[in-house]
Amino acid sequence: MTAELLASTLRVSTPLMFAALGGMFSERSGVINIALEGMMLIGAFGAAVGTLVAHSPWLGSACGMAAGAALAAVYALFVIRLRADQIVAGTAINMLAMGLTPFLCKILYDVTGSTPAIPLNERFESAPLYLSWALVVGCVLWMKYTPTGLWVKFAGEHPEALDAAGIRVNRVRWMAVLTSGALAGMGGASLSIFLSSSFSRDMTAGRGFMALAALIFGKWKPLPTALACLLFGFADAVQIRLQGVTIWGDRTIPVQFIQILPYIVTVLVLAGFVGRSRPPKALGTPFQKA
Amino acid sequence: MRKLLQPILAVIVGLALGLSFTWFAGENPWHVLEILIKSAFGSGYDFGMTLFYSTPLIFTGLAVAVPFQAGLFNIGAEGQLTLGALAAAAVGAVWPSLPWPVAPLLAGLAALLAGTIWGAIPGWLRAKRGSHEVINTIMLNFVAAGLASYITLYLLKNPATQNPETRPVGAGYLIHQFGVFGGAPVSTALPLAVFIAGVVWILLQRTVIGYEMRAVGQSESAARAAGINSSKIRILAMSIAGGLAGLVGVGEVLGNAGKFRLGFSPEYGFIGIAVALLGRNQPAGVVAAALLFGALHKGATDLDLETEHVTREVSQILQALIILSVSAEGLWSWMKQRRPSPRLAPGEL
Repeated sequence: MTAELLASTLRVSTPLMFAALGGMFSERSGVINIALEGMMLIGAFGAAVGTLVAHSPWLGSACGMAAGAALAAVYALFVIRLRADQIVAGTAINMLAMGLTPFLCKILYDVTGSTPAIPLNERFESAPLYLSWALVVGCVLWMKYTPTGLWVKFAGEHPEALDAAGIRVNRVRWMAVLTSGALAGMGGASLSIFLSSSFSRDMTAGRGFMALAALIFGKWKPLPTALACLLFGFADAVQIRLQGVTIWGDRTIPVQFIQILPYIVTVLVLAGFVGRSRPPKALGTPFQKA
Repeated sequence: MRKLLQPILAVIVGLALGLSFTWFAGENPWHVLEILIKSAFGSGYDFGMTLFYSTPLIFTGLAVAVPFQAGLFNIGAEGQLTLGALAAAAVGAVWPSLPWPVAPLLAGLAALLAGTIWGAIPGWLRAKRGSHEVINTIMLNFVAAGLASYITLYLLKNPATQNPETRPVGAGYLIHQFGVFGGAPVSTALPLAVFIAGVVWILLQRTVIGYEMRAVGQSESAARAAGINSSKIRILAMSIAGGLAGLVGVGEVLGNAGKFRLGFSPEYGFIGIAVALLGRNQPAGVVAAALLFGALHKGATDLDLETEHVTREVSQILQALIILSVSAEGLWSWMKQRRPSPRLAPGEL
């Protein structure tokens, strides 16, 4: 029972981990990313289509990452190049993904609801789970020990200083947003070709926002963010387990209270009631050379 | 004139881009546009449905526009309208026998109050704890959805059906539906929405509070130096916004369904962001933009039947592209200058 719960916690946390770490790149570089939800969704779709075509989950997830990055490129074009408001553009990108996925699904498979099922032997068994933890380690090392990690941090905290050091701030941000899209796409891929057997409509169901919550709860740092994903994943796993379970005769347990827990925790953390989470200083501010 | 020009151009650009997508689905974009227009305005019923969808969008558009004037971004209209509609339905389900003018008035006040509270929370958090209202409103949307689901399924469940909805409200709660729209549920909520838009205009342009809101929105430090209590103004702006979104419940519960249905809103709260943006955060603009987005929503519903491959989801694509084209500040300032883009410094892009 406990081992099973642990296993399912690890599994359902996987998409969150990819998306939240993806969000970390963009946000640490100074670009708010509420479009994670849309990037995940299009990634889930791209991965399902890719796997159905190429019969390999690896090629499929590459397609998912490419789809996420492509949507991220549109986002970056608008918020970095055209200085659109990041919240407005992020909302629009989410809407675009919600509209585009069923639209394309209809063109390809003549239904809007979901893609055809992917055979079991063409899906991931556990690779994304291990990959996501490798990614955490990678992110910790990358942030600490590489110059590009430092650039991203400076782009989000002190863009003027980075610029003075001769590094192009907006180029750093472009790369960070694209990376973020690719990783969110991988998060979506782990939903469609790892945790389930096809893409279905709106299958992310708010997980992009939950990843954003984990990122904030994790104070925009890779390891705490990953642990926050685990915590939220645990809540999700418990909730799934309790669904439909009856107590005292025919009463079901109201799982709604477990479902909303991650969001309440995030509000409390952000308000400083439980710990304190401080966003990168230049988050949300477009950079323009004086 | 320029104020009008930019939104109109943005709509044209967004529509053109979005409709060209349908070409990939093997449809003639022109034909798709014809279907959209015919389905939104083709008959009394069609136009009625357009007005029906526009009504909540006026409320949510205002719910985004008011805090925007005070420099705040309300992404939480979806949660606020959910709880507003639920509150109206709860009053009607708990006291079903109340008579006509009292009943809808009480339910309407409940909707207003529930929305106001849900808006005040992120306003207070921003003013007193300094946490950003964007994240808080996003999170509170999910909390509201969870609460609504619990209350609907556990406390007020309609025993007559398997659908996730509350018990119906009493007959005295239902407000007048106009008969001229061939059965489309256009109720008193529509004139109410337009009237409220007028009230909001007066509030913003002709009252001290409105002046203070705009002052805080333009520069908080300057407003504070002028002796304006910016915390109070921010909480107030978000509370008003929540109340406005909550009023969506009047049209939906009292003017249409007669009960609260989980997931009744096709993201009115998020489309409200687009409505406010396109309406330049002015009440009159919001009403006009709400009509456009209502028409888009209604127009797209017939695409499923009338075309081979294009589905109603096109409306979401169109909405997204319209928002993106309005929001591209860089593009518009470039056009305004009427000269080639200033040579980009090497650091940009």
